[in-house]
Amino acid sequence: MASSHHLPAGLPAPVAEPDGLDAPYWEGTREGLLRVQRCRACASWQWGPEWICHRCLSFDVGWERVEPRGRIYSWERAWHPVHPALRGHPPYIVALVELPQAGGIRMIGNLLGDPRQDVRIGAAVEAVFEPHDDGRPPFTLVHWKPVDRAG
Amino acid sequence: MKARTLRGCVAIAGVGETAYYKHGQSPEPEFKLALRAILNACADAGIDPRQIDGFASYSNDRNDPSRLAAALGLPELRFSNMQWGGGGGGGSAAVGNASAAIAAGTADCVVVFRALAQGQFQRFGAAPPATAVSGEAALTFPYGLISPAQRFAMRVMRFLHDHRIGPGAQRAIAMASYHHAQANPRAVMHGRPLTEEAYDASRWIVEPFRLYDCCLENDGAAALILVSAERARDMRQKPAVILGVAQGSEHRNGARSHNAPLYASASFTTVAPRLYEMSDLGPADVDVVQSYENFTGGVLMSLVEHGFFAPEEADEFLTLDNLVAPGGRLPLNTSGGNLAECYMHGLELQIEAVRQLRGQSTSQVPGARVAMVISGPMVTPVSSLVLGGEETM
Repeated sequence: MASSHHLPAGLPAPVAEPDGLDAPYWEGTREGLLRVQRCRACASWQWGPEWICHRCLSFDVGWERVEPRGRIYSWERAWHPVHPALRGHPPYIVALVELPQAGGIRMIGNLLGDPRQDVRIGAAVEAVFEPHDDGRPPFTLVHWKPVDRAG
Repeated sequence: MKARTLRGCVAIAGVGETAYYKHGQSPEPEFKLALRAILNACADAGIDPRQIDGFASYSNDRNDPSRLAAALGLPELRFSNMQWGGGGGGGSAAVGNASAAIAAGTADCVVVFRALAQGQFQRFGAAPPATAVSGEAALTFPYGLISPAQRFAMRVMRFLHDHRIGPGAQRAIAMASYHHAQANPRAVMHGRPLTEEAYDASRWIVEPFRLYDCCLENDGAAALILVSAERARDMRQKPAVILGVAQGSEHRNGARSHNAPLYASASFTTVAPRLYEMSDLGPADVDVVQSYENFTGGVLMSLVEHGFFAPEEADEFLTLDNLVAPGGRLPLNTSGGNLAECYMHGLELQIEAVRQLRGQSTSQVPGARVAMVISGPMVTPVSSLVLGGEETM
């Protein structure tokens, strides 16, 4: 089971906010869908979730499914284990991924593949859903992997 | 209405600190450290502690002004102020808030302080003991994006990429702090010089930050005594007059999940122009800079946003020779700062700016008249201030 997850077990698990703000996002990931906020009044995209549209100040902020692909906006390779679960684990890459098809919002995940790979800002990536069915409650993370251009 | 400015209204009349310790090594609890720093600052200013009538701090300091006022037997408490926001972003803002109270007449003698005993409480650089997280943390912690270094590395990575800045820029900032700490007996890293070779060989914490790009974690306390500039003139020490102060951040800097529109920023692009406007000064007028080092890349962006050089000039400007007292173009972090003096959440930087204007620094810039302090890059809100001797008025 551990081998199906990119990072070792024991890191803090995500739970939806008790006030319901981000529930559609977490429910979507369980179904393998990427949903982000989009204002029903002015069509602006918004991420992370908020109760109001930052552009037109409408409270009628809806959720829309987006194509799970983007490009690397920035990245980091973490070496120092800041959490006990990461001790002895090799370095890993966190990517900040921009979604041009959703107003340029940015999402965070791990970049899959060789942790020592060369990372290029601007490179195309696609989402990989990682279910944690044993979570309490179960949850799904969204990682990213480089799109093989030659393939 | 009178002109709305703090320029020249208020001065720092006293500074004080405890001994600085490695994290977890303070022999005394945090509240006692706070009391000691405050009494030391009063002694430096030459005032009876019973003259204090206000407190200002930042970053959710745990040492509540009402307990301090009771412990110190103050006759009256008139001002209690906490600047919102984490990290060191509130360091200069707390001075500004205290100054505003004094200028407005709602307090006469305000202490700005910060105390940290991380052995007694949670360390900053380690993950908090949570098994489940929600909100913004739910979008980052499960991916191993947890610590402050991890939170800011991607801002710096993007800035270095956008402007093609090499690794020497961050290294020079680290080297300058360690260089100045060797002259400062208070510094935790006094007697521990850093070479370029040792920097280059140091381990990655999170790329693009090596070990020496990251601040220390320490125990200790520091305090400033603020009074009106008029009153400070007749006190024991040469006053360090507040010429300008500003706080805040750009449009939607706090958008969750790293969605600030201006991402590769130290958060000062709106703050710095307001600072210069109030102080009626420009970058060329600044003799010495204390710029908060949570991570060296944040200092790099802070200096750019305060107009000391363009991003494209970073590799050329950021050399050890340019950053050291007495003769560098822009002496930086002349006590050793957060990297090598003590991580007192930047309040040690305020103290060092005052000492430069008094001529009391261990790495003195000859004739320093204008000193800048830049607080807490990459968080929101951030803040910065300019101090001057009375001759700058």
